[in-house]
Amino acid sequence: MDRIDNHTTVKQLQLGLAQGDFSSVELTREYLDRIQQLNPRINAFITVTEDQALAQAEDADNLIARGDGQAMTGIPLAHKDIFCTDGITTTCGSHMLENFQAPYSATVIEKFNAQHAVMLGKTNMDEFAMGSSNETSYFGPVKNPWNLECVPGGSSGGSAAAVAASMTAAATGTDTGGSIRQPAALSGITGLKPTYGLVSRYGMIAFASSLDQAGPMARSAQDCALLLQAMAGFDRRDSTSLQRDVPDYEATLEQDLAGLRIGLPAEFFAEGLNPAVAKAVDEAIEQYKKLGATIKDISLPNSKFAVPTYYVVATAECSSNLSRFDGVRFGHRCDEPKDLEDLYKRSRGEGFGAEVKRRILTGTYALSAGYYDAFYLKGQKLRRLISQDFAQAFEQVDVIAGPTAPDVAFKIGDKSDDPVSMYLQDIFTISVNLAGLPGMSIPAGFVDGKPVGLQLIGNYFDEARLLNVAHQLQLNSDWHLQSPEVI
Amino acid sequence: MTLKTEDVKNIAHLARLEISDDDVDQYAADLSNILDLVEQMNQVDTDGVQPMAHPLDAKQRLRDDEISEQDQRDKFQAIAPDVENGLYRVPKVIE
Repeated sequence: MDRIDNHTTVKQLQLGLAQGDFSSVELTREYLDRIQQLNPRINAFITVTEDQALAQAEDADNLIARGDGQAMTGIPLAHKDIFCTDGITTTCGSHMLENFQAPYSATVIEKFNAQHAVMLGKTNMDEFAMGSSNETSYFGPVKNPWNLECVPGGSSGGSAAAVAASMTAAATGTDTGGSIRQPAALSGITGLKPTYGLVSRYGMIAFASSLDQAGPMARSAQDCALLLQAMAGFDRRDSTSLQRDVPDYEATLEQDLAGLRIGLPAEFFAEGLNPAVAKAVDEAIEQYKKLGATIKDISLPNSKFAVPTYYVVATAECSSNLSRFDGVRFGHRCDEPKDLEDLYKRSRGEGFGAEVKRRILTGTYALSAGYYDAFYLKGQKLRRLISQDFAQAFEQVDVIAGPTAPDVAFKIGDKSDDPVSMYLQDIFTISVNLAGLPGMSIPAGFVDGKPVGLQLIGNYFDEARLLNVAHQLQLNSDWHLQSPEVI
Repeated sequence: MTLKTEDVKNIAHLARLEISDDDVDQYAADLSNILDLVEQMNQVDTDGVQPMAHPLDAKQRLRDDEISEQDQRDKFQAIAPDVENGLYRVPKVIE
């Protein structure tokens, strides 16, 4: 008997578990079966933790039977392989960490464990989260469930594909320049990147620390609200975690949108955007008008410098963060090093793939003597200007809307030889990370049978409003209910 | 901006990253393209702009200087490539 279908939501599973329609063990078995059936074709998972998942599900069923279940108890989830999991391999998509078993778990993992959620496994990703197509993974590319010749987006491509193909109820991702929102768009699911500092980065392998944020990837805005509720909150172990009360994200989902002011930035509808994607986004905006929103044209004049700024700030921080992989304390070590320098150079040269090397080299150059002011400092100043544009926009509007990505999913291999054209995938998402704002991507139609994502950007800590705005569209459209034929 | 082969070798040394001789030219070309992209920043006058390190300009939190972590050396060393007597082993550094 199938308990899950192509658009089963976390919300439905919560209700089913609470009413005793099925057990967590039954659910978990069914998802594990689907993973076994689909993963050889889609490659969304690097590690499947079958035994642990079934043990967690059994514990969850006991708790639910005693009336001690919490919101996430017994819900099968998949985690991006960037989150450290005590005793379970965490690869970060890299040969460097192919056999790495973290000695502790990330706060995000601990929070789900504390609620007795079930972990089905760890999802594929671009190596060290550096990529927009999931092609830089040491463990091979992930296939887009909507079209197996296409990429699912990246870097959280495994999580996006796993949700799209119903290999998990929902998943976690991380977003440094668009790595939750762009794969959510290309894979036809809903994803949320929270305000910088809302979700703990402890135990999340660092790429660019001033930009990295973890968030939920799911079938609906409502599911994202449920997951974010479990993930958000202050953590003393993350020095940039912010001390604030976490609102009840589900409580405000049903608010109506009368009077909502939506801003459309001219720069997001400019050259380079596929006209068919623009048309789909326009139709979603029309829907918002019908729901009572007013639309305003706005400008984010410095957003066109977001990609250049990002490739200084992110690469500089990555070159610093990835210096910890030295072949001494953990990770790959080369054979028979002749001296310490040889050990460092060959361990890193063998352990990292080409895109990671490009970014370490770019960042090292940007931080090297004589170049710091021209690159990193200049980037940090532009970051201020980009943030100020958003601050001015949010004086006039409540939410900013536009496309998540300039086009739908492209073919595997199409952009992998041209780093700069790959970087432009994130042209609409990167400015949000530089400013530290929350952003979402929700399904908004199809072009040539491939999903289009609508991006919604909110003011700082306005996740509840974003989720409300996304949920209201989903109550009045069925894009998020479509599912790929692969199943 | 054009990076030469020698520039790439120098940066790779600073990053302690082995790049094979066959690949150096490709990295030089790729990095030059990336730096061309980055140089678009120079179109913007940023004189007098305060650099932004944290989106909300938050300050680093301080805590009391008290021991808050337990010793987990054995656990941490279990994942190291080469240890002996509780120490990490590396090639001889001092002759």
